[in-house]
Amino acid sequence: MEVPKNYKPFKWDSHIPPGPLKEKWSSHKNNIKLVNPNNKRKHNVIVVGTGLAGASAAASLAELGYNVKAFCIQDSARRAHSIAAQGGINAAKNYQNDGDSVWRLFYDTIKGGDYRAREANVYRLAEVSNNIIDQCVAQGVPFAREYGGTLANRSFGGAQLSRTFYARGQTGQQLLLGAYSSLSQAIQSGKVQMYAREEMMDLVVIDGKAKGIITRNLVNGKIKRHAADAVLLCTGGYGNVYYLSTNAKNSNVTAAWRCHKRGALFANPNFTQIHPTCIPVSGEYQSKLTLMSESLRNDGRVWVPKAKGDKRHPNEIPEEERDYYLERIYPSFGNLVPRDVASRNAKNVCDEGRGVGESGLAVYLDFRDAIKRDGQSTIAEKYGNLFEMYEKITGENPYEVPMRIFPAVHYTMGGLWVDYNLMSNVPGLFVLGEANFSDHGANRLGASALMQGLADGYFVIPYTLGNYIAGDNPEKVDESHEAFDKAEKEVVDEVNKLLNVKGEKTILAYHRELGKIMWDKVGMARDEAGLKEAISQISALRKEYWENVFVPGESATYNKYLEYAFRVADFLELGELMARDALERRESCGGHFREESQTPEGEAKRDDENYAKVFAWEYTGPEKPQELHVEDLVFENVKLTQRSYK
Amino acid sequence: MSNENMTIHLKVWRQKGPETKGFFEDHTMDDVNPHMSFLEMLDLLNEQLMEQRKEPIEFDHDCREGICGSCNLVINGMAHGPELRTAACQLHMRKFSDGDTITIEPWRARAFPMIKDLVVDRSAFDRIMAAGGYVSVKTGNAPDANAIPIPKHEADLAMDYATCIGCGACVASCPNSSASLFTGAKISQLAHLPQGAPERKKRAVAMVNQMEKEGFGDCSNFQECEAACPVGISITAIAEMRKEYMKAVLS
Repeated sequence: MEVPKNYKPFKWDSHIPPGPLKEKWSSHKNNIKLVNPNNKRKHNVIVVGTGLAGASAAASLAELGYNVKAFCIQDSARRAHSIAAQGGINAAKNYQNDGDSVWRLFYDTIKGGDYRAREANVYRLAEVSNNIIDQCVAQGVPFAREYGGTLANRSFGGAQLSRTFYARGQTGQQLLLGAYSSLSQAIQSGKVQMYAREEMMDLVVIDGKAKGIITRNLVNGKIKRHAADAVLLCTGGYGNVYYLSTNAKNSNVTAAWRCHKRGALFANPNFTQIHPTCIPVSGEYQSKLTLMSESLRNDGRVWVPKAKGDKRHPNEIPEEERDYYLERIYPSFGNLVPRDVASRNAKNVCDEGRGVGESGLAVYLDFRDAIKRDGQSTIAEKYGNLFEMYEKITGENPYEVPMRIFPAVHYTMGGLWVDYNLMSNVPGLFVLGEANFSDHGANRLGASALMQGLADGYFVIPYTLGNYIAGDNPEKVDESHEAFDKAEKEVVDEVNKLLNVKGEKTILAYHRELGKIMWDKVGMARDEAGLKEAISQISALRKEYWENVFVPGESATYNKYLEYAFRVADFLELGELMARDALERRESCGGHFREESQTPEGEAKRDDENYAKVFAWEYTGPEKPQELHVEDLVFENVKLTQRSYK
Repeated sequence: MSNENMTIHLKVWRQKGPETKGFFEDHTMDDVNPHMSFLEMLDLLNEQLMEQRKEPIEFDHDCREGICGSCNLVINGMAHGPELRTAACQLHMRKFSDGDTITIEPWRARAFPMIKDLVVDRSAFDRIMAAGGYVSVKTGNAPDANAIPIPKHEADLAMDYATCIGCGACVASCPNSSASLFTGAKISQLAHLPQGAPERKKRAVAMVNQMEKEGFGDCSNFQECEAACPVGISITAIAEMRKEYMKAVLS
């Protein structure tokens, strides 16, 4: 492929502390500035989003004494989409005596991310992982336990150890309810003011620093101003740019995108996780996709028929005519290869014409052997709620018939650029959890999202926020500042503009069209021609949207389609940037598979010399292409090798 | 199972706001695929309404996997509809027949004020939780997670109660609009864990008092809540709540 251009030196500092990897975080904590307890109460902090990152941050900062305003778009903080995470959370406890350590968790995570994350960030994540489990147990999170009363573990993809803690297939729910309970306590104590059904519409930047937000109340449409000394964005990922994804219907990029338009760099936007085990699409009417937890690959075996177009019932296909392709190609990791590898292989066998189900876009995930080995009740205890969910959606009983699964968009590793302190390049704007880009590189390992959300909220931001506030000693701003006037007016104008298009096509029709372009051309496999087509198609679709979309109702009422109209408008801008980012990265890595860059066996082929880098995009104005900045990734502790799970 | 499209007649509750009078609006859809989810059927109806320049029907929804607890529809008089242990978002049209008439209403309870159409305000639940549904533990000072062993059956029981999704079906299905199953589930979860012990009494009293203050009714053992609960929380939660409350006020 064409040799990349010479990039200018990166203007921003990632603030990675000096010293050996293993001492960076502790020495940083010893060196950062502190805020006197009496002074903390003089500082206002805004937390947007109440998922794992937001709820844990809001509760922890309130405990420290800050005045916190927390915002969520749902009717209750407890409904943030972290609640839907199923499988588990990783930690390096080594309770199983299988040789786990902080180093191994760090190494698996950075390797799993295909060496496109910062060493220092990932090491810190592994380091605080154990504190998270302690914290959650202390809150009353009912993790699965052994008969002796100690905590149980299971295995997840990309690791050869059992380090995943879980609460049936509802780990995200239990962790979020734990964080929500701490948040509730802080609300009761008056240290957190909670704003539910209130959506962040813009970031207010004064003299280059984040000083507040503009919100819209989703019940009465009122636009409000909120000033603060720092803004924490904990708003999750943007997988819904693909229309169909495992994300909740209301998950969106709007808050992050508005920050991007106010100067925050958007890093590695194309890095999207396509999860291998989801329930396949059944028809055009489909509104979302449902994940079947990766934990199922502990006991389920993935296969397709050896012969193309074999339409027999799966239970009638004899053993010797089945291809357990993951076990065949990757004997050492087998069904527990990382997600990107499992997804790509599912696509490959379907492309070969060996896919199953009506559409031919599915593979089997079979529990027959596990049920024979362990008994149905053991399998039911581990995965009962997932099996039930599968049956509700498909009408088929997975104890009797193998599940049909297919990859679906699940998580976005890309997000707003942050430094080691989780602060974006806009001082005072911090980004936590899935909304930032920092820890998962080009592919996230299973059970690492919950770990990162809680690490950021419980154990990183309480320290690094103080460092900013003490060092910066932010000047108070008033909500009557002209920057608030201007930002508020822009939001009001945009509401009116959307309502007044009064076009012919529904918002959903545009979203679906965008999703199809994204899935076909910026999905599991990408090439130059397709990406260029995607860019021009999305740009044309966006233009049409603002001329021909129909947004019903009015602003001053509960109006879900008006909310939706904003979100789709922002997805129509983001989608194009994702395609451009994928186009510029002329290598394959993790979830980003460029057809032009593969090994002879068809595995992702990295180009470390040219692309061991973070791509960070700067907004330059409406309908102008973003400017690309490149941060070098420095690897001093791990050796970059071709990832092998064979 | 048939793959043929079905005709479905709908009677949907419409109400502009808390101050205006609500009414049932009739719609007939003749292109309902049996594999659609119930909410996808409503999405389709909304698309058709908007194509005719009419206002879409407002309803709460988010994860569509039965875990976030956002969806809250009374379908044919049953909270979350006819399928046991299933939230409305996981109900599929294959559970209905061609030609059926389906009524859709919001949760109705004094403590859940109307917002619009099928959307109500369930913030009373958050206030019950804030009254005591937590363990007061500050970030960073927790002992090692294995320091206190918890018998598996106790941990499993706590987990059974902890699975509550906070949807409010228990309230909507109860003739008294009682929130006892919701409140009892959290009290019971923490009563089965050693971490919940220090604040056990305070918690039971505070949460029960808040529940009453919000205007929810008392429990008189109709057991409708257990039948309507999409995650199968047992009414033993209510018995445990009463026990916890009595122990707290009598000691």
